[in-house]
Amino acid sequence: MEYVLMFIAAVFVNNVVLTQFLGICPFLGVSKKIDTAIGMGLAVVFVLTVSTLFTFLMQNYLLNPLGLGFMQTVSYILVIASLVQLVEIILKKVSPALYQALGVFLPLITTNCCILGVAILVIQKEFNLLQSIVYAISTAIGFALALVIFAGIREQLAMTRIPDGMKGTPIALITAGLLAMAFMGFSGIV
Amino acid sequence: MILIAIISLGGIGAAGAALLYATSKKFEVYEDPRVSQVQEVLPAANCGGCGFAGCAGFAAACVKADNLDNLNCPVGGASVMEKVSAILGKEALKTEPTVAVVRCNGDCDARPQLNQYDGVSNCAIAAALYGGETGCSFGCLGMGDCEASCNFDAIHINPVTRLPEVIEDKCTSCGACVKACPKNIIELRKKGPKSRRIYVSCVNQDKGGVARKACTNACIGCSKCEKECAFDAIKVENNLAYIDPVKCRLCRKCVVVCPTMAIHELNFPPRKEKEADSTVKPQKIQPETAATVTPENK
Repeated sequence: MEYVLMFIAAVFVNNVVLTQFLGICPFLGVSKKIDTAIGMGLAVVFVLTVSTLFTFLMQNYLLNPLGLGFMQTVSYILVIASLVQLVEIILKKVSPALYQALGVFLPLITTNCCILGVAILVIQKEFNLLQSIVYAISTAIGFALALVIFAGIREQLAMTRIPDGMKGTPIALITAGLLAMAFMGFSGIV
Repeated sequence: MILIAIISLGGIGAAGAALLYATSKKFEVYEDPRVSQVQEVLPAANCGGCGFAGCAGFAAACVKADNLDNLNCPVGGASVMEKVSAILGKEALKTEPTVAVVRCNGDCDARPQLNQYDGVSNCAIAAALYGGETGCSFGCLGMGDCEASCNFDAIHINPVTRLPEVIEDKCTSCGACVKACPKNIIELRKKGPKSRRIYVSCVNQDKGGVARKACTNACIGCSKCEKECAFDAIKVENNLAYIDPVKCRLCRKCVVVCPTMAIHELNFPPRKEKEADSTVKPQKIQPETAATVTPENK
């Protein structure tokens, strides 16, 4: 039950993009087509889960014993970046099809703030390993959900008559704001 | 403390580097070096005009193929294909440069608007719903799907005529607009010597009277041009004339006989015996100036 609640909380109530405003860059950048949004969402689920696992282990078995808590951010970035690179190399050999699907997005999300944000949040909230993994997966699913919904709206928007001054980024930002307000409606259920 | 920090961070970095090096060696994927060589000479527009997913896909296909007969980069044209064949040692097919041609000249004056479309501003959707705002159900809808599809900024809807116009220097004949147009108005035609070409600027297949009523510039299928052509280049089918760009010798006789001025000539010098032709735009003959060269005015 605890994990179900954690899942709902991370996907809807504390949606990483629309409530915590992390990972806005890909949210606006790769949300013009549903296909690419799904690809990006899957890549984030994958990378977020793996990187949270590794940073969690590193924090508890390397940084904390050595008293190097202040190096959290810099060492996380180092680990996540090399981890994603590693995954990319292996994926290219083992599963070319998956590499083709995720290929462009993998390096893109290496330095995404929602990846780093979740890795740090997990430590701050003092989760155990299983809780951390569940939290990471559900946060990533929340990210993917927000991205796909937003891409769907933008696909529709592309075909409507928009005043000249509102075309492109302005209308996208307004839509994102309205979507964030809609997600505010979930607050308080968990 | 500082020492521990430096050592541990350096250690993590070094371990990561070693791990990456080891895996990249172990999981190395062999890539033909010629693929990247071919990719370098390609235009890198990733327009998909060749039928492959981007220039990388085309380069891989070129290296893989036994011969380059079915492979052509429409953007780069013959010069790029020559370089590709030099790298790979395979013969490339010689192709004539082509350019996108808009086969509709039903501007606002020629084609009166009969109804008002108020739906989504997208040709594909509008075409699925009905035949357009005018009496011609074949002509341009003017909502700019072609403009949106163009990666090279080469086709634009003229706000006055509401018809698309191709900027010849920018057009790479990738064929994106041809696919985008739901009415099949845009055609890739041979660019021709000195970019001179003649084409029927209409796709209306209605009977003559119906077509004429809907649009004064429509091809009415009268076959005058077909009879005039000495090279057997013009065929009238389904009430519509079509000029074969390969057979056409650019004699311009058909342009003169067309009663509706549906046949357009591009980039020709002004006709010698005519005096008021200085107003002829290089892009296309305007209806007023074209009128001066019709037989009645001789």
